[in-house]
Amino acid sequence: MNIAVLVKLVPDTEASLKIGDDHRYISTADLNFVLNPYDEYAVEEALLQKAKHGGTVTVISFGGDEAVKALRNSLAMGADNAVHVKNPGGIDLLGVAKTLAAVLKEGRYDLIFAGKQAVDDDSGAVGPMIATLLDIPHVSSVIKLETEADKLTAEREFEGGVERFELTLPALITAHKGLNEPRYASLKGIMMAKKKQIEVVEAEPVPAKTEVLRLTYPPLRPPGKIVGEGREAVPELIRLLKEEAKVL
Amino acid sequence: MDILVFVEMRGGKVRPAGFEAISGARKLADVAGGKLTALLIGKSLDGLTGEIEKYGADRILLAEHPLLEGYTPEGYREALVAAVEESGAKIIVMTATTMGRDIAPVVTAKLDAALLPDCTSLEYKEGRLSVVRPVYAGKLIMNLAATSWPVVLSLRPKAFLATEREGVTAEVSRLEVDLEGKIRAQLLETRAEAGDKLDVTEADIVVAGGRGMKSAENFKLIEDLASRLRGAVGASRAVVDADWRPHSEQVGQTGKVVSPSLYIAVGISGAIQHLAGMNSSKVIVAVNKDPEAPIFKSADYGIVGDAMEVLPAMIEAV
Repeated sequence: MNIAVLVKLVPDTEASLKIGDDHRYISTADLNFVLNPYDEYAVEEALLQKAKHGGTVTVISFGGDEAVKALRNSLAMGADNAVHVKNPGGIDLLGVAKTLAAVLKEGRYDLIFAGKQAVDDDSGAVGPMIATLLDIPHVSSVIKLETEADKLTAEREFEGGVERFELTLPALITAHKGLNEPRYASLKGIMMAKKKQIEVVEAEPVPAKTEVLRLTYPPLRPPGKIVGEGREAVPELIRLLKEEAKVL
Repeated sequence: MDILVFVEMRGGKVRPAGFEAISGARKLADVAGGKLTALLIGKSLDGLTGEIEKYGADRILLAEHPLLEGYTPEGYREALVAAVEESGAKIIVMTATTMGRDIAPVVTAKLDAALLPDCTSLEYKEGRLSVVRPVYAGKLIMNLAATSWPVVLSLRPKAFLATEREGVTAEVSRLEVDLEGKIRAQLLETRAEAGDKLDVTEADIVVAGGRGMKSAENFKLIEDLASRLRGAVGASRAVVDADWRPHSEQVGQTGKVVSPSLYIAVGISGAIQHLAGMNSSKVIVAVNKDPEAPIFKSADYGIVGDAMEVLPAMIEAV
């Protein structure tokens, strides 16, 4: 099975963020970046499917030079090949999807994995866009996947339930927490990943259809008050919620 | 500028976010001019037009087909693309729910449109559409504008108020959708959770527990308080990772972003990735035995105390 995984480097979820001088992007100075948490499930699932069906796992990342770290991390987990699609700049979500779709088409993959969203812009859009552009079926936010030689069943959660789909390959799946337990890279894996060649693809610019006007911080919450200690404080809390905040 | 709003349904019923989307689209149509068409997709939809009409759509379009009873990306894509064509809409409004977040990018790619996802407010000014959307799970706020048409928008649940209008009527028409050989990702089954359990993103009140609850069993208290307040249960990442609670309840950067009227955080210290996910709640209450816990900085009201002692008193008092 020829498997591709789309990965992205994102700011550490524990980090607080600063807006850059242009007020449109974040400042990356002193910021720790990690492989997007949902992409870990995607890489893990690709490795599990390879173990089951054989084949190769190719990780692909769109981005600037930082993307190499996401690729090395994925290689260290056990991926076979890595492709860095260089960000030509001035691109938006659909542009990224078009660029990656072109690279994926070339690779003739049976199964494509991605995280259900990157925890930076949180849109979760690029996966379903790529499936549409490649004209292959997809299921997003998958929490359970069963595969046979040319058929998949995939489960996803929605608000208040679970839905299960059956689809044939080629297909695209975006991974949600719960799909599996991502492995830690072994020391040997990390050493091997350092030596692996990363294929570089220079992408053409795609005119953007959207424009980031600015980034701002969310409004500061006014300072709150400690109502009291222990169970004795509960009646006063309830009174405040009813009379002052008017939410009960 | 004609607008199409996709009204999300589950199990034959319009979701709360579906009504919010019509109201959000109505307000936009009032400014941008043009007709507002509401699209319903399902198996049999006749009984639903009355409740849709009240929210002020000029037209209601019914896409009925046995294969549209449950959600499939390809089936709904066909219906949506046909509806965009039929209505001539240049702005397509959806919900930023599990369904909407899946279908909006599909429709965007199909129409070669601009996507403005997960919006909390909209502005149409001098022929330009721009939106506000939280990014990094709410750590930052982005203003994003479309620079071409058509535009696909998804509206975050609870960010727009569903408001009925007086004396409005809508013209109802039907939309033929050809699904022959189109649906490759087929829906095998849908399992709804027992009862009318509210999702944490939809509830007006959320009672969330963290490691301070000490065990999975103790979450019974969180459930009791949530059910008394007709709210939903939320959880911190720590208790989801410990398998005390399902991931569907996780609030924060690798879980869900919520903005209820009242968020009660019990035994949650307030890691930055959790705070990001609930910071836009209207009122935040924190119960924690550590007076130095970061959660108190975000809370409007705090009680310093042990969850096991405070929760029973709260359950009794409400």
